[in-house]
Amino acid sequence: MINKQDKKLNFLSHIILIALSALIILPFIILLSASFSGEKAIAHTGYSVLPKAITLDAYKYVFKNPKTIIDAYGVTIFVSTVYTVLSTFLMALLAYPLTKSTMKGRNAINFYVYFTMLFSGGLVPSYILITQYLHLNDTIWVYILPGLVSPWYVFMMRTFFKGIPGEISESAYVDGANEYIIFFRIIIPLSKPVIATVALMMFLTKWNDWMTSMLYVNNESLMSLQYQLQRIMQNIQLLQSNESEAQNLVNIKDIPGETARMAMAVVAAGPALIIFPFFQKYFVKGLTVGSVKG
Amino acid sequence: MNNTNNVKTHRKKSLRRMQNLQLYSMCALPVLLIFIFNYIPMAGLVLAFKNFRYDKGMFGSPWAGIDNFRFFFESDSFIKITRNTLGLNALFIFLIIVCSVALAVTLFRINSRRATKVYQTVLITPHFVSWVVAAYIVYALLNPQYGLINHLLVKFGIEPIDWYAMPKAWPAILSIAYIWKHIGLDSVIYYAALMGMDSSLIEAASVDGATRWQQTRFVIIPQLTVLIVIQTILKIGGIFRADFGMFYQLTRDVGMLYETTDVIDTFIFRTMRVVGNMGMSSAVGFLQSVVGFVLVMVTNYVSKKIDEDYGLF
Repeated sequence: MINKQDKKLNFLSHIILIALSALIILPFIILLSASFSGEKAIAHTGYSVLPKAITLDAYKYVFKNPKTIIDAYGVTIFVSTVYTVLSTFLMALLAYPLTKSTMKGRNAINFYVYFTMLFSGGLVPSYILITQYLHLNDTIWVYILPGLVSPWYVFMMRTFFKGIPGEISESAYVDGANEYIIFFRIIIPLSKPVIATVALMMFLTKWNDWMTSMLYVNNESLMSLQYQLQRIMQNIQLLQSNESEAQNLVNIKDIPGETARMAMAVVAAGPALIIFPFFQKYFVKGLTVGSVKG
Repeated sequence: MNNTNNVKTHRKKSLRRMQNLQLYSMCALPVLLIFIFNYIPMAGLVLAFKNFRYDKGMFGSPWAGIDNFRFFFESDSFIKITRNTLGLNALFIFLIIVCSVALAVTLFRINSRRATKVYQTVLITPHFVSWVVAAYIVYALLNPQYGLINHLLVKFGIEPIDWYAMPKAWPAILSIAYIWKHIGLDSVIYYAALMGMDSSLIEAASVDGATRWQQTRFVIIPQLTVLIVIQTILKIGGIFRADFGMFYQLTRDVGMLYETTDVIDTFIFRTMRVVGNMGMSSAVGFLQSVVGFVLVMVTNYVSKKIDEDYGLF
């Protein structure tokens, strides 16, 4: 049935998709190649798509004085891991009862969770609550406690849990199992796709978090990786804006060059980008399941 | 006989009560967390009507009436940030829907599912990069001294441009960045809808002699119309919320660009943290929350009218 014109169109579609993919990936390649370029090459010919000569100088520079990076990595890995485990677990604990039509007050709890998607207090009240009342600023908990429960993902999980046939847990009830046993032994093991999706999203949210540090953390050794990256950019801006004054304050040699900064960006973004393709199988499935209202 | 039945229902009832208790105990902690971090800040919206003092706290600070609002409406920021937020978000909504629908249809029409997966993986990648890293990339491209784009301009004999001092260019730059980051994931929902479509429709069209282009134009795209309309409406519901990370990081918070890039969210942040004006920032936050809420309710109502299955509730 496929005629010549159809073949042409199919070919054209592939060309378009390949071109689009290349455009999307190109920025990463520019970043990577800058990080492998020599500082002089950048000063001479500027950024380019492919490095003229490959050197590891930028990475050596980044790891020469590793305290900041190691601290930031430590904070980010600890926070991302603890937050991912806690928030996925807590959201599952909330999502499961919401599938039970026999539970009294289910609709009220549903609405209670749902309403936070419609209305929020915004930045200022949260800021005052966290700094003036809970005193979480400059502690590791400020990264973890706020935002552990995200209604969007609670409902995504609820939809998935609902799809598990009731007969499976029915027989366990007959054998005398309680709700906790059903939850841990039946629901969780059968919900890997949605749990993997939510866990990945939570992990990436925290891995890419810079705003929490910016708002709440003054202690250098408690700052997250992305925020340290942002600070490097800011410091350079400051130096550029009034050079003569800044030169007195900072030894020029200590300022990372263009390539070292790009190497920092690669070091900060790398792990998240490497993890993601392994989850992709679950990811698209989990997302499409969750986006259909149940 | 009757007696044993009674015992059975009694036992069933107490079992149900036990189960309910177990379920409540499961969700108690998450419910408490939502109360602390979502509901208490809602009560904190009263700050908009107060003259906040650190020593008096959220509820003890003296009342300020509507002064905070008046100062905001009288400042020239009001028009600027409202215009930027609404204008840029409208532009993003239009562009992302057109682009992601086009992408989903193209992905659907190629015959290989395996190739589709590869394309999707590549296209979703930017979603997993922080705006900080994205800002580094933008800087590598636009940096006035070493930037790739300026080097290309010079090669073609055009004067290099100081992008970070040219507000005019930023709606376009931000649009490109927005599409770059979101096109992959946004197209997934349209792609999923197409996968669930009745394939006999296309077969019938092809039996009738429709070319692939005609099939796409007259069979496939009409299948998506309702979804497109609903997505547009839902996105309009969030039009008063700007992506703080994108606006703050990509522009590197350069004051010279505020004319076209300052939005409600960056304004609130700056007024609170840099200027230290709690009153005005909470008043703007209050307006954003309330107007946003009304808009979400209206858009949900409309999308539900169109199709029962859509809308958030």
